[in-house]
Amino acid sequence: MHELAIAQGILDIALNTAVDHNATSVVGVKVIVGELTGTVPEALEFGFIALAKGTMAENACLSIRIIPLTGHCRDCGSQSSIDKYCFACASCGSHAVEIITGRELKVESVEVE
Amino acid sequence: MEITVMSNILEKNEEVAAELNAMLTKRGIFTVNLLGSPGCGKTSLVEQTVSLLKSELNIAIIEGDLYTSKDADRIAACGAPVVQINTQGGCHLDATMVKSALDQLDLDEIDILIVENVGNLVCPAEFAVGEHAKAVVLSVTEGEDKPLKYPLVFRQSAAVILNKIDLLPYTDFAIDCAVRDITDLNQQAILMKVSCRTGAGLTDWLEWLKQQVQLTRKLKM
Repeated sequence: MHELAIAQGILDIALNTAVDHNATSVVGVKVIVGELTGTVPEALEFGFIALAKGTMAENACLSIRIIPLTGHCRDCGSQSSIDKYCFACASCGSHAVEIITGRELKVESVEVE
Repeated sequence: MEITVMSNILEKNEEVAAELNAMLTKRGIFTVNLLGSPGCGKTSLVEQTVSLLKSELNIAIIEGDLYTSKDADRIAACGAPVVQINTQGGCHLDATMVKSALDQLDLDEIDILIVENVGNLVCPAEFAVGEHAKAVVLSVTEGEDKPLKYPLVFRQSAAVILNKIDLLPYTDFAIDCAVRDITDLNQQAILMKVSCRTGAGLTDWLEWLKQQVQLTRKLKM
C-alpha cells in the first residue's frame, strides 16, 4: 500500500500549485503512472480521496494515465514495446535494453479555481 | 485554470536519497538496500554476512520492521551495530527514515551499510534510501513465478540471491524458469544460489560485497 505515500506526494504538489497561483480550490489533477511502477490506480485514487479530505483538493478529480513500457536497444538501436517484462530486443534479441517509458510517476497538470 | 507542472511525485524522497548517497559515497561506505518477501531469509543473510565478514570489514545494519525488534536483536547478537526502524505498519522504508537512523551510527567506523527493508516485494522497490545498489532475496519456497509477478524489484536489483537452495529437492521450484525470467528482466543482475542455513554459495555473495566496497572506495577518491 505504498500508493498512500504516492498519493500524499500528488496532494502536496497539487496544494502547492494552488497556493502558488492564489487559487481557492483544486478541481482536477492529472497524473501519469508508468506500467513498471507497481502502482495500482484504484489504490492511488482511494488514497488520494482519503488524504484530500478537509483540504483545498477535497473535491478534486484525479485522472490517471498509464504509460506503457517501452525500451531502446543499445546494440541495434531499435525501439519497441516490452511485453511481459521480457527485456529482450524484438529486433536483435539482445538483452541490453534500456527503459524509455514505463517508469513515470508524475503530476502532469493541476486544474485550480 | 489548468497549470502544467510535470513534477516528479517522489521528488522529495529522491532528493533526500541523493543527498544520503553522496554523503555515504564521500565516506566510502558501500550501502545496499536489501529487499525480499517476509521469510525469504534477509535477516539470515545479514547474520551470515556479519559472522563471516566481521573480521575483515566493519558492517552496520539498519533494520526495517513494522513493529518488532526481533530481527535487530538477532543481528545485535552477531556483534554488529544495528539501528531499528519501526514503520508502525508502513510497507517500506524511505530516505528520511534512513537519514534519521544514520544519526545513531558511527559513520567513521563503517565499510558496509546494509539496510534491511520491510519484507515486501512491491512497495520498497519504488523508494530509494540512499543505496549504491539494491539486492533482492528470493527463496525457493516462494515459487519460481515471483520475478515476473514482481518485475520492478528484480529489474532494479544489482544482485539476486536465490536462497534456501538446500530445500530444492523438497519443492517444485523450477530453477531454470526462475533463472530465465530473472535474466529476461535484468541481464546485468548477478545471480547467486545460496543457502543461509548450510552456508552453501555464500562466498559469491561475500565476494560481491567486497568488490562493491572497493568500487565505492574508488568513487570516494
